[in-house]
Amino acid sequence: MATPLSLKELSKKELLLTAGHRMCAGCGAPIVVKMALLAAEQPIIAANATGCLEVSTCISEYTAWKIPWIHNAFENAAATLSGVETMYRSLKKQGKIDKKIKFIAFGGDGGTYDIGFQSLSGAMERGHDMLYICYDNGAYMNTGIQRSSATPFGADTTTCPAGSCNPGKLQQRKDLTKIMAAHGIPYVAQASPSHWSDLVKKVKKALAIDGPKFMNVITPCNRGWRSKTDDAVKLSRLGVETCYWPLFEIENGATRVTVKPKEKKPLVDFLKPQGRFKHLFAPENEHLLKQAQDQVDAYWERLLKEEAFAARQE
Amino acid sequence: MGQNGKRVVAVTGNEAVAEAMRQINPDVCAAYPITPATDIMQRFTSFVSNGKVKTEMVLVESEHSAMSACVGASAAGGRVATATSSQGLALMWEILFIASGTRLPIVMSLVNRALSAPLNIHGDHSDGMGARDCGWIQLWSENAQESYDNMIQAFRIAEHMDIRMPAMVCLDGFIISHSIERMEYLDDETVKNFAGEFKTTNPLLDIENPVSYGPLILTDYYMEYRRAHAEVMSKVSKVVLDVAKDFEKISGRKYGLFETYRLEDAEIGLVVLNSAAGTSKDVVDEFRNRGIKAGLLKPRLYRPFPYEEIGEALKHLKAVCVLDRADAFGASYGPLFMDIASGVYPHKNGPLLINKIYGLGGRDYLPEHAETVLAELAEIAKTGKVKTLREYIGVRE
Ligand SMILES: Cc1ncc(C[n+]2csc(CCOP(=O)(O)OP(=O)(O)O)c2C)c(N)n1
Ligand code: SF4
Ligand SMILES: [Mg+2]
Repeated sequence: MATPLSLKELSKKELLLTAGHRMCAGCGAPIVVKMALLAAEQPIIAANATGCLEVSTCISEYTAWKIPWIHNAFENAAATLSGVETMYRSLKKQGKIDKKIKFIAFGGDGGTYDIGFQSLSGAMERGHDMLYICYDNGAYMNTGIQRSSATPFGADTTTCPAGSCNPGKLQQRKDLTKIMAAHGIPYVAQASPSHWSDLVKKVKKALAIDGPKFMNVITPCNRGWRSKTDDAVKLSRLGVETCYWPLFEIENGATRVTVKPKEKKPLVDFLKPQGRFKHLFAPENEHLLKQAQDQVDAYWERLLKEEAFAARQE
Repeated sequence: MGQNGKRVVAVTGNEAVAEAMRQINPDVCAAYPITPATDIMQRFTSFVSNGKVKTEMVLVESEHSAMSACVGASAAGGRVATATSSQGLALMWEILFIASGTRLPIVMSLVNRALSAPLNIHGDHSDGMGARDCGWIQLWSENAQESYDNMIQAFRIAEHMDIRMPAMVCLDGFIISHSIERMEYLDDETVKNFAGEFKTTNPLLDIENPVSYGPLILTDYYMEYRRAHAEVMSKVSKVVLDVAKDFEKISGRKYGLFETYRLEDAEIGLVVLNSAAGTSKDVVDEFRNRGIKAGLLKPRLYRPFPYEEIGEALKHLKAVCVLDRADAFGASYGPLFMDIASGVYPHKNGPLLINKIYGLGGRDYLPEHAETVLAELAEIAKTGKVKTLREYIGVRE
């Protein structure tokens, strides 16, 4: 029986990632994982790339995972889960297993956009029945906030520190969500823990589809973003409301923006509460703030065009 | 003897390995092409495409992913195999340790090939030697027959409940992988019964009993895990011998931890891995015909290395040359030499040892090389003097 999509009903479900893990207080990652697992109606087996989520949820004799879970290495969550899923198909074909099981990989942005990109691309191309969820906190947090290709333009990180010559990260984020869509897989989406019902709906939809699916979820990290401990949901909401992190899905190639902010807030509303962007507010960096806003505007406008194009095709 | 249904065939080493895999019929195989191993998986996938096996393939985008998928598939709970060579093994290196540290009985054939640079596709042992301490069991094979036999035994050894460790079966690239030899196949039913049903331990696919694989373990327990791994490795020799005994019953072929050839009363001896042992044995015979007591030792189980047994087998010799088809740069000696020297070390009156590096990048190892080495050993045995401890042979000066 499908759980109706109400907080009341969802709150009755068992949390499959327990309390007592060692992620920082206020970290966005466990929120994202719990929501994704609450959304699932089917038994789930998860794979996890090395990173904050992995090192903090299964240590020595303790595990926070109430579902079968495997961590292999940093760059290979998708390849590892391909193996698990293939064994499942093999044993199912041989009649040695009869349950319907679904597979989810969790990887940080570093483990997904960068070092795990090839493994992810390969797994998606091969068509394994898996949902890959990237919890994107915009840097290599576990090793101490180094730049990744998901780090936003202008951000101060420990390997692109804002200094007198360099104003933080000089490049725009890699648009991984669209790159995954370009794989021609049946379902790709962006989500945010601030919009729980949108996130849960997307996970449900993804899990109902056989084949490879990808979701990219903005996941605040108060250590790396240098924000208040209890701001994870607020900041991810601002990410959506400023259109820095648009919520959309690409289903069989057709783009649909799932949440349109009533009023598109200026990007600075998202940047201001985060210490990693503090230097951008110095008078000499005004042009960078403008550049960042321009990037967001261009992306949003293109996204709306893509949505309009898809709507015309129907 | 249960030797009914044997087939005498003329096949390449790769063909023999692929046939062993067909008969074992793993649940999942992951594969990525690399010369000279490619051929194994090409042949095997044609079995898959034609319904000769139940195996599901994962045709990955790299060897790193091949080994990663093997880890996932094996942890899921089933029989898993793959094959690679050289750069492919090098790319897997990170995950080789994870496969063994997680106690996953994956079986891989390693068609030995030189490592870059310079790029070279031919047979030497640098790939397997580079992975000798990664916690895998390594069986080395002289010819197509041994490659086939080792493949079949490897599953039993790796999956043994006292072991549960991955195993690598090594054979020489091109020299064995691509040369046609006469050998015997066992019949399908015999191999199937010999391998037995795969037994799972804590499979990930057991939804009712969720397990976590791949924890973070820091200073508190990491060392205990490593020691546990070492303890398992210390049990491998016995299992290898037990499995060999069972294998003899179905095949009539005897296997040990290593092979000795005319060694019992020998005064001088060669130690050599894989295909070069064949050439060397012929030359040993020639020396015997001339009344010189020559012999040979060919390691089979190279990891874990049977130091004590090999020390015992060599201790009565006067002079031994260890032939290495790989160098261990900066270590002065080749990797096999260092292991043999450790095995011989406890024996005060053991043989004098010399080391020759030969056959790198597929350079031919010729009977005259073995002749020169044996002549040198005869001289050392007579005079008790070693002139050159270690040198390259068959190389331009
Ligand atoms: C091959 C390899 N290179 C580097 C590392 C070191 N490392 C471990 S976790 C990590 C960063 C993870 O970043 P991300 O994937 O974004 O996850 P997060 O920690 O931010 O949640 C790095 C660089 C590693 N474990 N393996
Ligand atoms: S460093 Fe950031 S991502 Fe890592 S646990 Fe802490 S808050 Fe979460
Ligand atoms: Mg990150």
